[in-house]
Amino acid sequence: MAETFLAHSYLVLLLPLTAFVVIGLWLGRSNPRAAAWLAVALAAVNLAVGLALALASFDHVFEPLATGGASALVALNVEWLNFTPSLTARLGIYLDPISVVMMVVVTTIALLVTFYSMGYMKGDEGYGRFFALLSLFVFSMLGLTLASNIFQMFVFWELVGVSSYSLIGFWYQKPSAVAASKKAFIVTRFADAFFLLGIIMVSYYAGSFDFAVLNDPATARVLAQQTLPWGPGLPVLTVATLLIFIGGWGKSAMFPLHVWLPDAMEGPTPVSSIIHSATMVVAGVFLTARMFPLFVAADLTMEVVRSVGAFTALFAAVIAITQFDIKRILAFSTLSQLGYMMFSLGAAKISAGDGGINSLAYSASIFHIFTHAFFKCLLFLGAGVVIHAVHNNDLTHMGGLRKQLPKTYWSMLIACLAISGVYPFAGFWSKDAILLGAWQSGHYLTFGVGLLVGGLTALYMFRFFFLIFHGESRQEAHAPLHEDPVMTLPIMMLAVPSALAGIMAEHFFVTHVIPPLSPIPPAGTLPHAGWLPLAASLTGLTGLLLAWFLYGRGSRALVAVSRERMGFLYTLVSNKFYIDEAYLFITRRLIFDGVAAPIKWFDRRVVDGTMDAVGWLLQHGGNGVRLAQNGLLTLYLGMSILGIVLLFLFGGFPF
Amino acid sequence: MTLANSLLLSSILFCIGIYGVLTRRQLIGMLLSIEIILNGANINFIAFAHFRAADPTAGAIFPIFVMAISAAEMALALAIIIAMHRQKNSKLDIQQLRRLNG
Repeated sequence: MAETFLAHSYLVLLLPLTAFVVIGLWLGRSNPRAAAWLAVALAAVNLAVGLALALASFDHVFEPLATGGASALVALNVEWLNFTPSLTARLGIYLDPISVVMMVVVTTIALLVTFYSMGYMKGDEGYGRFFALLSLFVFSMLGLTLASNIFQMFVFWELVGVSSYSLIGFWYQKPSAVAASKKAFIVTRFADAFFLLGIIMVSYYAGSFDFAVLNDPATARVLAQQTLPWGPGLPVLTVATLLIFIGGWGKSAMFPLHVWLPDAMEGPTPVSSIIHSATMVVAGVFLTARMFPLFVAADLTMEVVRSVGAFTALFAAVIAITQFDIKRILAFSTLSQLGYMMFSLGAAKISAGDGGINSLAYSASIFHIFTHAFFKCLLFLGAGVVIHAVHNNDLTHMGGLRKQLPKTYWSMLIACLAISGVYPFAGFWSKDAILLGAWQSGHYLTFGVGLLVGGLTALYMFRFFFLIFHGESRQEAHAPLHEDPVMTLPIMMLAVPSALAGIMAEHFFVTHVIPPLSPIPPAGTLPHAGWLPLAASLTGLTGLLLAWFLYGRGSRALVAVSRERMGFLYTLVSNKFYIDEAYLFITRRLIFDGVAAPIKWFDRRVVDGTMDAVGWLLQHGGNGVRLAQNGLLTLYLGMSILGIVLLFLFGGFPF
Repeated sequence: MTLANSLLLSSILFCIGIYGVLTRRQLIGMLLSIEIILNGANINFIAFAHFRAADPTAGAIFPIFVMAISAAEMALALAIIIAMHRQKNSKLDIQQLRRLNG
């Protein structure tokens, strides 16, 4: 039975692709309602296939790992592009702990979001097109997740970029949506260029694209001994892993390449939901986890991963406190959570001693991807319900929606508790594991940042929550609100894993999802911090209570006072530290005016000018010669005689 | 009669011919002038054959050739001129026959 599923593993990619092709080419236009149902049905079948595949691969993938054996299974391996006899790109399906976990997450979220979209997108002009693109998005992400080699991963990586581009700009009549989709595409593409360089460098020195080879510790040792043939002799391993990491940096929207993510909120809410929970942004973290054995061999790369992650976690959390657009708050919260996942991977390298690997930090990162997917998806879908009801996504126009949207209220409460890390909801377990991992590895500063951000998370999430659901209603029109059951059903279904995923899966993640490296120091040798869950809960509760005092109660006098006290700082933060403005300055003033404009001038005046001058000369010369052709026989004869005379006088042509 | 005198005669005839070709406005006149140019050249041939060549017959053959070909050429040219005259009913004025300008 299990073998049958493994033999037909390609189905998990084929089904969403079928949905995309059928809906995109035909059904989307002729019958959008049927298209939506087809998308949902295929997503449901795909979830079943994904779960079956996960169960079938369990014996091969997870069980040997727990006892220290090999842990990957290549379920499909087809030769695709044969560059040279020694370098071949293959198409394959690679099942190992992280890809199986991601596959389950993606198929689950895809089904719920597709179902939800039937309600959210109802009556939209591009109803059919939406489901086609959503299926493409899921297909690309699954292909990226299950890629057996880095080349295949890059192809699907770009497909994810393209499909997110068309989904963010789904409402292409809106100029802001078009601008946002362009921004997302250009920023991630900019990072992908480095990723491609990294791929070329790694595959050149390692002689293979396959993860099985790249993740072999022997490859890391070979790369570590090489230096680049040009420049100041930089080590190949560090440069290549940093280049690859930049790809993940852009895709996961780490500071300072985070600018595209808040703007990507211009897309329909289900798109934001799937981008933030299962596809697109976690791809960067996934890439880092996928290449972990190679990354971990380069100390500098691990430092960068950790610092970038920790900084982004803090940076985004601070901004999220001051925002008023509910989708933007969630976007910044995603940034912050992605920072957690990233620094956790970076912290898997133990700082003291000979630099062993702390498998807890690694599995905690994947664990957080897993739990975060559920509650972040819920938060976005809930925000979608709120936006659908209020027709606005500004916090200043909400408030007091608790009575009118009860199902959303309770589900969102669970998700907010989960993301704030309150015991026993999902986020508590994964966040606790991350903090414990950082502590055990001896990265105390990172640990401190993580702890602080935990408090900030509770603060901004409950500010968001209280301002939407509690207090006085600040809506302009008081039309009776309703909850569409098509939209609330997925939300309530997500509330279950948001509450329980942590407590149920913790043991599984800690023991079964560990990096494929040996030797790993046994867990007992690392210091255990029994006080840590208590400290994390306390900071979380502090944030929550602060949010209650500031925003939960009727009066907001405290908010006004504290905002006034902060003055300059508040303006700075609420304008997102002027990073967007800095980008505009760099691109418009420095690159456009400083580099592009002179080059344009040179191109227009000198290059085009030369060509134009040649054309002008020929045209006017031709006109002049034409005048001589006046049909007067006498003139022709005279000219030829003159020519002969000149020939005689000068004894030949002058040149 | 010396070579110099003969060559002078041939060049005078040649120049008269050139002058005629450039100044005549009638096609017939131009044809006549061309004939004069050819005859100038013929005299040149004969002069060199007579005064310089070891075997004067070789030089005499060329003028006969030229005359034969020019006679054929004249016949052809006159036929064209007559056709033009019929078609355009013009005075065969070279200033007006300018259909082939660029």
